Amino acid sequence: MSTIVKPYGDTLDDGKVQLSFTLPIEWSEAADEAARQLIAKMGFADVQVVEGRRIAKGFSFFVAYAATPQGIDVSSIKAPSAKEHAMSMEEVDAFVRERIGRNVRVAGACIGTDAHTVGIDAILNMKGYKGDYGLERYQTFETFNLGSQVAVEDLVRFAKEKHIDALLASQVVTQKGSDIKNFTALAELLEAEGLRDKVVLCCGGPRVTNLMAGELGYDAGFGRGTLPSEVAAFVAVTLAERAKATN
Amino acid sequence: MELRIDSIAVKRCRSLASAVVAPVSTFIAGHSTVAVERSVLRLLGIDGVGHDEIPLPNAILDDLAPERRGRGIALPFGRVLAETGLAPQAVAEGLAAGTLSLATFDDVPEVAARGALAPFVQSGLARVRAGRDRRVEMLARLPQTQAPLLYVIVASGNIYEDRSAAVAAAEAGAQIVAVIRSTGQSLLDFVPFGPTTEGFGGTYATQANFKIIRDALDEASERLGRYVMLTNYASGLCMPEIASMAAIERLDMLLNDSMYGILFRDINMKRTFVDQHFSRMLNAYSGIIINTGEDNYLTTADAVEQAPAVLASQFVNEEFAHRAGMPDRQIGLGDAYEIDPAIEDGFLHQVAQAQLARQIFPDSPLKYMPPTKHMTGDIFKGHLIDAMFNLTSVMTHQSIHLCGMLTEAIHTPFLGDRALAIENARYIMNTARHFGDEIEIKPGGRIEKRAHDVLAECEALLERVGETGLMSAIEKKFFADVSRPPEGGRGFDGVFAREPGYWNPFEETLQRELGLTAGAAR
Repeated sequence: MSTIVKPYGDTLDDGKVQLSFTLPIEWSEAADEAARQLIAKMGFADVQVVEGRRIAKGFSFFVAYAATPQGIDVSSIKAPSAKEHAMSMEEVDAFVRERIGRNVRVAGACIGTDAHTVGIDAILNMKGYKGDYGLERYQTFETFNLGSQVAVEDLVRFAKEKHIDALLASQVVTQKGSDIKNFTALAELLEAEGLRDKVVLCCGGPRVTNLMAGELGYDAGFGRGTLPSEVAAFVAVTLAERAKATN
Repeated sequence: MELRIDSIAVKRCRSLASAVVAPVSTFIAGHSTVAVERSVLRLLGIDGVGHDEIPLPNAILDDLAPERRGRGIALPFGRVLAETGLAPQAVAEGLAAGTLSLATFDDVPEVAARGALAPFVQSGLARVRAGRDRRVEMLARLPQTQAPLLYVIVASGNIYEDRSAAVAAAEAGAQIVAVIRSTGQSLLDFVPFGPTTEGFGGTYATQANFKIIRDALDEASERLGRYVMLTNYASGLCMPEIASMAAIERLDMLLNDSMYGILFRDINMKRTFVDQHFSRMLNAYSGIIINTGEDNYLTTADAVEQAPAVLASQFVNEEFAHRAGMPDRQIGLGDAYEIDPAIEDGFLHQVAQAQLARQIFPDSPLKYMPPTKHMTGDIFKGHLIDAMFNLTSVMTHQSIHLCGMLTEAIHTPFLGDRALAIENARYIMNTARHFGDEIEIKPGGRIEKRAHDVLAECEALLERVGETGLMSAIEKKFFADVSRPPEGGRGFDGVFAREPGYWNPFEETLQRELGLTAGAAR
């Protein structure tokens, strides 16, 4: 059975997508036509520019519908999730007691110049997120929230001094790739200090994916909507697996 | 529409806020900071950088040993002026280059120093007044649209891109443009210099950048026939310096909160309290409207729970601002539309809170902030939530309306996002323009009950803060659930006690002009 799928409008395989974008030109009928031809050049068929208007001096905004001839074989897609070890807080605590036998030390920070702690706070603060308690509430976790704008050097030094088991680095600001730069700097410094294998290294943020985290040398990446228990479960399971491997 | 609110409780909240702030005012009157002293230098007309890109005001403070700061920078600097006959900028460059040193002029009589500074103090303040007068003239000639005034942010990192975006936003209907600062600037203990084209999450606030946007918006204002306002941030470690630069370059609004930096940026509380006072005196004199940061309580914690803290902070901000000589019409108290969209009757709560603020602070140009915390990648839902925010704003007569972006959780807004946001706001505010005037709130109903509860809890919170003392309350997590010790945080080393004979010529003049009694206490 074919696993090739195409976008679905109202009929299987019609390939319908919606697009909207701005062009840096004054609006005119010719601007609508320019938008249509541009979309056709992207490879779309049946292009309909359903809205085109001036939004500022020298700028026009378009809404269009079009059909893509492309499809994708979904059976070929690999995007491993770091959230497959679903456990509740009580289950994580029980798991840690049984399989690790000591408290897990976790440090989290918003690294670089990023001052947006909303993500790391949602994971670490006692209150948690969407009714899922944060790591500070876990009986088997000792949690350090270092807050915002933490230099990667300081985070690594902290990890070394406090014998941290898991590091959570958060980045909300992504302008000009600052998130990737900071994540990379942290992974590289841990490597240079010989600490990389001693910690479970996780990154998080609205633009983070687990796939990207793997490419950056992290053990896991957690994107938007992540619950604290998902992070806690990953950390606990990974530590337990490592302990088993070294025994 | 009108809420029936307990006017006695409101009065009690105001007197509690006054009691909360009074001891802090006493502290403020006895202290100064390196940032206050640097802003004195900036008001004297000093600008530019010396070796290693160190701004001249910082270089001059560096030349004054910490143990000699107790009487302020003005006198030692004035001594050099008096003795050398040079202009302030030339003295500044000499001090930065090391060809002059403050310590070698100690023998110059104080009266000569004061006399040498006097004309530059006068010309500095004249420059500020000229900006204020120009704004009044332009507003009369180029009237703004009716409130809520649409406010958008630009934040590309490159001031020249920001200029294009600012003008495009003005064209699309924005009345106020804010240039978001580069993330982290609030923690710099200096103000960067010159036009900048690199930043993260925003663009550095520099005097040159202020001027670039001001000039572009002035041109747009003339073309559009309505005055477009410019906003930046007098927060962080350089609050009073930014206020000086903003006064000089005729910014119209500044984000300026009495506690934001303490709670959300871990800036030392004593530093913040002293800095906010002098910066607000400058804002008062330059006609700048401040925007306070109560929205931050809601983005970092549960919005339903935090409503009383928002109101309490509004009372405290108002009190601090009054003590710095600010009239109500320049105190833009903040609030935000941040209740979880999944909560039943969340909209009713939002209306209750917004209308409560409107009635308690009738002459404040209230600043209403859009949903951010519950915005996701679902831009379609986001656009709907923004519409409900827009409706709340127009029906409760908010004054300054920060347009919510459908791409809030995704990226710094595209030009098209901003246009869609403005269209959304214009549509809702036009179609529901007089809705709030046509409806009555059900007495004893859900909205009124919510407003009543928020006010009662606010009063209880202010009572607890008053009993504990503001500094100690901040340490004990009364606000935003974070603890900040009085001598912890960034910038504490830049706070110093005033010694007898301390002199800040601008403070002296502003106190007189603003009708304040010397020493900040009322």
